[in-house]
Amino acid sequence: MRDLLRFITCGSVDDGKSTLIGHILYDSKLLYADQEKALRLESKVGSRGGEIDYSLLLDGLTEEREQGITIDVAYRYFTTDVRSFIVADTPGHEEYTRNMAVGASFADLSIILTDAGKGVLAQTKRHARICSVMGIRYFVFAVNKMDLVHYSEEAYRRIEKDILALRDELKLENVIVIPVSATEGDNVTHNSPNMPWYTGDNLLHYLENVDVREKEKEKGFYLPVQRVCRPDHLFRGFQGQIESGEIHVGDEITAFPRREKAHIKKIFIGDREAQEAFQGQPVTLQLDREIDVSRGSVIERDSAISVADSITATLIWMDDQPLVNGGNFFVKLGTALIPGVVAKILYSIDVNTGAFRETDRLDKNGIGVCKISFTDRIAIDRFKEHKSLGELILIDRVSFMTSACGVVEQFEQDSSLDGGKVSTKTRSAAMGQQAVTVVFRKEDGIDRNLLTEAEKKLILEGRYSYLLEDDGNIEPEELAHIIDHLNRAGIVVLLSDAKKDRNAYPFAEETHVVVYAGEEKDRDSIVSFVKRISSYDYDLSGEKSYI
Amino acid sequence: MGRNLTHLDVLEAEAIYIIREVAAECEKPVMLYSIGKDSSVMLHLAMKAFYPEKPPFPFLHIDTTWKFKEMIRFRDETAKRYGIEMKVHINEEGVKQGINPFDHGSSYTDIMKTQALKQALTAGGYTAAFGGGRRDEEKSRAKERIFSFRNSAHGWDPKNQRPEMWKLYNTRIHKGESIRVFPLSNWTEKDIWQYIKREDIPIVPLYYAAERPCVERDGQLIMVDDERMRLLPGEEVQVKKIRFRTLGCYPLTGGFESDAVTIDEVIDETLSAVDSERTTRVIDSDSGAGSMERRKKEGYF
Repeated sequence: MRDLLRFITCGSVDDGKSTLIGHILYDSKLLYADQEKALRLESKVGSRGGEIDYSLLLDGLTEEREQGITIDVAYRYFTTDVRSFIVADTPGHEEYTRNMAVGASFADLSIILTDAGKGVLAQTKRHARICSVMGIRYFVFAVNKMDLVHYSEEAYRRIEKDILALRDELKLENVIVIPVSATEGDNVTHNSPNMPWYTGDNLLHYLENVDVREKEKEKGFYLPVQRVCRPDHLFRGFQGQIESGEIHVGDEITAFPRREKAHIKKIFIGDREAQEAFQGQPVTLQLDREIDVSRGSVIERDSAISVADSITATLIWMDDQPLVNGGNFFVKLGTALIPGVVAKILYSIDVNTGAFRETDRLDKNGIGVCKISFTDRIAIDRFKEHKSLGELILIDRVSFMTSACGVVEQFEQDSSLDGGKVSTKTRSAAMGQQAVTVVFRKEDGIDRNLLTEAEKKLILEGRYSYLLEDDGNIEPEELAHIIDHLNRAGIVVLLSDAKKDRNAYPFAEETHVVVYAGEEKDRDSIVSFVKRISSYDYDLSGEKSYI
Repeated sequence: MGRNLTHLDVLEAEAIYIIREVAAECEKPVMLYSIGKDSSVMLHLAMKAFYPEKPPFPFLHIDTTWKFKEMIRFRDETAKRYGIEMKVHINEEGVKQGINPFDHGSSYTDIMKTQALKQALTAGGYTAAFGGGRRDEEKSRAKERIFSFRNSAHGWDPKNQRPEMWKLYNTRIHKGESIRVFPLSNWTEKDIWQYIKREDIPIVPLYYAAERPCVERDGQLIMVDDERMRLLPGEEVQVKKIRFRTLGCYPLTGGFESDAVTIDEVIDETLSAVDSERTTRVIDSDSGAGSMERRKKEGYF
């Protein structure tokens, strides 16, 4: 069972990226005869004086062939006995940062070329930084043109030292360094006799064996919903790709951003019904009850993802027009598409040195950290925690160009409703009561008038209380929010409610919610019940089972 | 968990994700159906992507009127078998003018294929069209995005491609513009065959070797599919056991002698093939390197 490795090659114009990949294809006998024949013919008029120019295998578009450089991202495919590979060949030119970001977004691993005669240059750092921003965790630094420095170990060690320093500076994971000659083939697919002092893997052997998945595990199960499938009025399924974890028929899931719960009734992997499905599979999920799920929602289980309408993100700016504060965009994140504003550019990052600089604009190919606000709350997480809910693009609202890509570094949960720092215990002791939310169900015949009377009596008897009515017009999520804050302020909440149970609301874990049993329907028994369970020394933890 | 997907699983998931994104975000998609093996795979993926629903868009075949008879039969059977809406477009103006592959050379392809495609897309008001193109087919395709934008004249500008990051496809377009979408971008010919085998996908019998009447022309075997085939002086119709690696208009499609009559034999033959598949298509080589790229700028798919 062969798997797939996607990688990119980055390097400056003359570092020999195309030659390196061309050489792998050539050595691995992966060319068709007509390609090989064309290669020999084209090489005759090429820049290597009749020797085979492996880079001709990769440079595609007419214009760049004339310029002798690669101007866009080219994809190549090859398969060895061990693995299938897709290579994104990306340009080294400074103005083409965006193309490199494109290639990097697609890859699990990055090969960064440095010239043995030149060592670690500003570009090398730039390439490593962009790959790191885009989330690549496996790096091969190929020190190329070793033949031109007479395979000198000393020259190599000097460069290796600089690379390891760069690794530490950028906190890159999984870095290996290999001395190669792309034109001569040293350490490309075979260990080179010219460098007996190098005892590590050759490039192809490393690519065939590296396991890029081992550290890829993300917490829990999540699936951004791509579309709702409704072939008829009987079937409603949610289609998307599982981004992490696994799911089984019968599992309880939560649908974000509303945080409504349901159970999995049926799973289809493609057109095949299954009992379970896992990461990477395209599925259709049918739930056991109707909840609010549409494109842009996220179905999850134990993932600890969040909901937010404001984020801090690292952006790579790719548009000709510079980014300025207040820029309006469509933000695509996961499967959600939502209007958003770049509220503030916090600082830019020098792509070569990593230095932060305060700024109020980002130019093309610039990297910066920005605050972005959305018009609504969406399911989200940090890029480092859940990749697919932490990567985004900004789409210009007029030209529709993809103006930027970015990753979520931080999100602000309810920044407008931040709580104080006094602990619940202190507050509770000072007020002489414990905050609790008591739910009164309308279907039990306890109406608002009765509760207004009870609230008045509670206040007069020294219980800080507040009556809230769920009239059905407020989102459960928003209501749960208000209640959480009232409780955190120490207030007893009387919730006059049309719904059946507390599960209808996405309450925070620490909110105590008690449903009034409803047997006694007069003011005084309600007041005495509320007073009893909100008294300072009452043990509420036992009360939870009462629900 | 230790459950790894094979490379075919990964490619399948990627294609299904792309097809679903288009259905969810684009106003009026259509899937081009060329009857060939890549189209067969793409159609199969579309059926999987939406199950238990049918694909929420029609399929479109551009009929040059010079396709192999077996292809047309297969197309109609396929539409019936899957229960999908198959639209067929012919450039009637070209038919009236008697445009044919013998007299009109490369302008035949332009009129009956490129122009016909533009007519059908414009008439249908389609904002997105799926194509079965793969990046490994040809050098300029290797640099094309999965979502490829076309101006109102259906032209491609290789210098002004939108950056494509992760799986975040930008499908926004202005009125009159459209998108070509290539869900099989990352598949190789080998992947296509292995997937056809794994999924048991029906394909046109022309891919399997059989006794067929043909003539030898410019080193290739051209099948004599009907009486319209014009023989050059000295050409003689012979019956040979041949099959085809790609399918198109029969006078322009070269077959080759083969004994491969099962999918396994076809795969074996493909894996050990010495020529890349496009050498059997006359269209790519007729004006040297860069001809495909030029054609695409003009609106060829």
